[in-house]
Amino acid sequence: MTWILFLEQCLNGLQFGLMLFLLVAGLTLIFGIMDVINLAHGSLYMIGAYLVATFTQATGSFLLAVPLGLAATAVIGMIIEVLVLRGLYKRDHLSQVLATFALILIANETTRAIWGLQALTLNVPEALSGSVQLLPGLHYSAFRLVIIAVGLVVAAVLYFVVVRTRIGMLVRAGASNRQMATAMGTNIKWLFTAVFGAGAALCALAGAMLSPLLVVQVGMGESILILAFVTVVIGGIGSMRGAFIGALLVGIVDTFGRAFIPPMLKTILPPALADAAGPSLAAISIYLLMVIVLFWKPQGLFPAGS
Amino acid sequence: MAWLKRHGWLVAACLVGLALPKLATMIGQEFYISVASRVLIWALLATSLNLLVGTGGMVSMGHAAFFGFGAYVVGIVALDAPQWSSAPVVLPLALAATGLLAFAIGSVCLRTRGVYFIMITLAFAQMLFYIFISLKGYGGDDGLPLAKRSPLGALKMTDDTVFYYFVLAILAACLVVLARLRDSRFGRVLRGIKDNETRMESLGYATFRFKLTAFVIAGALAGLAGALMANQNGFVSPNMLHWDLSGTVLVMVILGGLGSLWGGLAGAVVFMVLEEVLTAFTPHWQIILGLILLGVVFFAPRGIAGLFARKAQ
Repeated sequence: MTWILFLEQCLNGLQFGLMLFLLVAGLTLIFGIMDVINLAHGSLYMIGAYLVATFTQATGSFLLAVPLGLAATAVIGMIIEVLVLRGLYKRDHLSQVLATFALILIANETTRAIWGLQALTLNVPEALSGSVQLLPGLHYSAFRLVIIAVGLVVAAVLYFVVVRTRIGMLVRAGASNRQMATAMGTNIKWLFTAVFGAGAALCALAGAMLSPLLVVQVGMGESILILAFVTVVIGGIGSMRGAFIGALLVGIVDTFGRAFIPPMLKTILPPALADAAGPSLAAISIYLLMVIVLFWKPQGLFPAGS
Repeated sequence: MAWLKRHGWLVAACLVGLALPKLATMIGQEFYISVASRVLIWALLATSLNLLVGTGGMVSMGHAAFFGFGAYVVGIVALDAPQWSSAPVVLPLALAATGLLAFAIGSVCLRTRGVYFIMITLAFAQMLFYIFISLKGYGGDDGLPLAKRSPLGALKMTDDTVFYYFVLAILAACLVVLARLRDSRFGRVLRGIKDNETRMESLGYATFRFKLTAFVIAGALAGLAGALMANQNGFVSPNMLHWDLSGTVLVMVILGGLGSLWGGLAGAVVFMVLEEVLTAFTPHWQIILGLILLGVVFFAPRGIAGLFARKAQ
């Protein structure tokens, strides 16, 4: 029976890792190209989740609400870029931290003012609420499978766009050497706005896909933001490949840590101690992973531009 | 007179600081005395971070680790070794223990630079946060209440006014020490490293040692602030190690003025007063606070201390 549990956790880890990738892809591009530490990236994820939940309630269809929510979040992202971030590109990282921290405060409080203190809950769309038998004895939630599929498709599309298209070429040029890209005549201004909008849409997609599994509430952005930054740093800032591998690594380590560390501790420690230490050790696992990676490779696994 | 003109703000700040409990009692709002103690403790924490970020150029997002750790030293000593819980023992103990912790964490973190440094300090703080949550013997998630404030000889520390002056004295002493430190060879080397680390290395300075020393001093002072906060609140909890707190202190430092001796104090006072005033004004005060912070970024890039410096010139 244990290998079924193991496979199930692998799928959970993959699902979480892919959703993390959606967030991290935008974050690492914004960081790599624009050299901006955007703490408010998690707020876009929260806004996306709220908008999709609201559109689902209004239209009655999750399928219709997702593109609406994505488009709306992308527009909000681009407005923020034009109004605030544009003024921060030439500033030091600390000013960016302060300004985007201010954006978090504004976003959280505005969300609270519009939607209230109550958390929103969204049901899994009815057609996907069942489970699928993947292998004899292995049943897996259909909705989680859809999340995995969406994650893989988006990753493939992103890879194609970044590696094979002209826009992707500009993006890569901007990430590896911003000044040179500008000197070669790239219109950095609209490129930044477009990348920021795309990053916001990816955030909203992650928020939308995860909203039926989690509760939609103020503060959801910050908790995932930390994970996203940990992933960016593990993968290497500005690298898409690093972001993808880092996200899967963090997703699997986090999921495995939560699933297997507590029972493993119970076999070697007295139960009272194991009960206390298990969940903490599980929560620590990804930070430990990051410290180990940075100790060994201070620039992350795949430093951009190398 | 020229001296008074140059140091007018300093004299005014000292007078307000000394007279505050009297003023609060006069208007019948003794409640504000403990609020003021809390502001001073925040100021100490922000000042310690400013040494790291403003003077040394090391942006740490994990300063709460040291603050919370110092607080837990007080809490754990009060629980397990109450005979040591008097202030002259427990405060230096918190300072030393947190310094050691900062030495260990700093030795690893300072291998990295820039954003990687920000994230690895954050990672260590998060790990400590989860470790203290798992320590069920010390309250776990719920935190650890303290029976009483750490006693100090004949002083009546339970009295909020006495405790306020105690905190004020410690903050003043730390500011004097840090002022001397800034002008010493150590401080100059540290600023040199902030400007250009490679240059300082080529000049023959062991930059890692200077950075680690600054990290330890900043960590130890943050631990002292945590120990004071534990005494002020009579309560210690894992939330004192949360990254929210690291972020807030960093905002205070940037708001007050990076690298300025008074930056931490100014930032803490303005931030706390803003919070106090805006909360009374509207439940959605965070929107206004956010807009004010944005205004600071765009119109006062050197923080509050920067505004005063420009006027003085």
